[in-house]
Amino acid sequence: MNYTFRFSPVLSRADQLLAGLAETLWISAAVIALGFLVGLGGAFASRSHLKPLRFLVRGYVEAIRNTPLLAQLFFIYFGLPGLGIRLDAVPAAMIALVVNLGAYTIEIVRGGIEAVPKGQTDAGIALGLTRRQVLLLIVLKPALKVMFPALASQFTLLMLATSILSQIGVEDLFHMASLIDSATYRSFEVYAVACGFYLLTALGFRAVFALIYRLVFSERVRPAPPAAVVPP
Amino acid sequence: MFRNFGPGELLLLASGLRWTVALTALAFAGSGLLGLLVLVLRVSPARPLRLLAMLWIQAIQGTPLLGHLFLIFFGLPLMGFEVSRWVAATVALSVYGSAFLSEIWRGAVEGVPKGQWEASAALGLPRLLQLRKVILPQALTIAIPPTVGFLVQLIKNTSLASIIGLIELSREAQLVNGATFAPFVVYGCTSVLYFALCFPLTSWSRALEARRAVAR
Repeated sequence: MNYTFRFSPVLSRADQLLAGLAETLWISAAVIALGFLVGLGGAFASRSHLKPLRFLVRGYVEAIRNTPLLAQLFFIYFGLPGLGIRLDAVPAAMIALVVNLGAYTIEIVRGGIEAVPKGQTDAGIALGLTRRQVLLLIVLKPALKVMFPALASQFTLLMLATSILSQIGVEDLFHMASLIDSATYRSFEVYAVACGFYLLTALGFRAVFALIYRLVFSERVRPAPPAAVVPP
Repeated sequence: MFRNFGPGELLLLASGLRWTVALTALAFAGSGLLGLLVLVLRVSPARPLRLLAMLWIQAIQGTPLLGHLFLIFFGLPLMGFEVSRWVAATVALSVYGSAFLSEIWRGAVEGVPKGQWEASAALGLPRLLQLRKVILPQALTIAIPPTVGFLVQLIKNTSLASIIGLIELSREAQLVNGATFAPFVVYGCTSVLYFALCFPLTSWSRALEARRAVAR
């Protein structure tokens, strides 16, 4: 192999990559926020008394989890215009991602809620709280704490998955990498650098989620009372 | 003129599904072999080997599959390695899968009580034999449900191979759409076909998990 790596043509276009990274980041952040809300709402709906509602949520979750994100994206961006619903690339992408993330989040949140001991709910009911109050005031926080690691990795996977948005023309990090590739023919270098950007972003996500966990969920341990000193 | 979407087009999509299954099979075999290697390194008593495995897992899990695919398919030929679409897709999916499967399996191996290692060591079995004869058979029952779940992930991820032009279900859908211009029906049918492939596996994985939970 006598290939000389030349990163300079790629690095001299770092501003383009950074612009793409900014697009990737804001889309990811918005989708995570919205997808989390869909997940919470869906998880509550899946515990509803109304059978049709439970059935609907079940169907939604199964439909999304058993089809590829790329198929969902193409269905929304290329398929819906067949029905007269025409969307620009970024809104179509965001809808596809929120719908996708929402389904995975519902499963995680449901698991978290079910992990809270039933005695907690019983105690809340015994105190005269309504079911909704029990869910919001007693169950939700410990449930979120249990599900937090799974949520954090799901959100990171979502950020990485945004790379396929380049296929419908969203100008994200991966799209910019492809542009630079066609301008420089330094395919290996440009995709390696792009992967490096994604890796740093994933590590950044992990740091942010660890911080959020510490701020929201870490129990403040009260210092132990000083041991009684026995006078000699 | 555009063709209408009819049974012939549905047949074309179904023939694409065949290649999705074939690619999944190759990628699953590759992920399994590579994943097993990463697992052995990851639980090795030698620290540098463990670190190497951790680095591999972190690097793969922290980068998008599309990046691996493009690095291999567009990057390697410039260095003089000709890679076909099938080789590129199989290798990229195997590399990607190895990082996830090895972690799933490590969870299963660590789910086996430590006393089992100690007992087999006390019987004088060398480390690899302990793993093969004592730990793996027990870990297997823990590992199978999430492994089937991962298989579903792999099926879905094969759709990315369409981006480098490998003709499987997603790529066939683009071609049929180009000929019929009935995107709603084409992409709708495509999703239904993926669902038909994935849903039984998802249900199976869930049933296995439930049975294991009862057995415990």
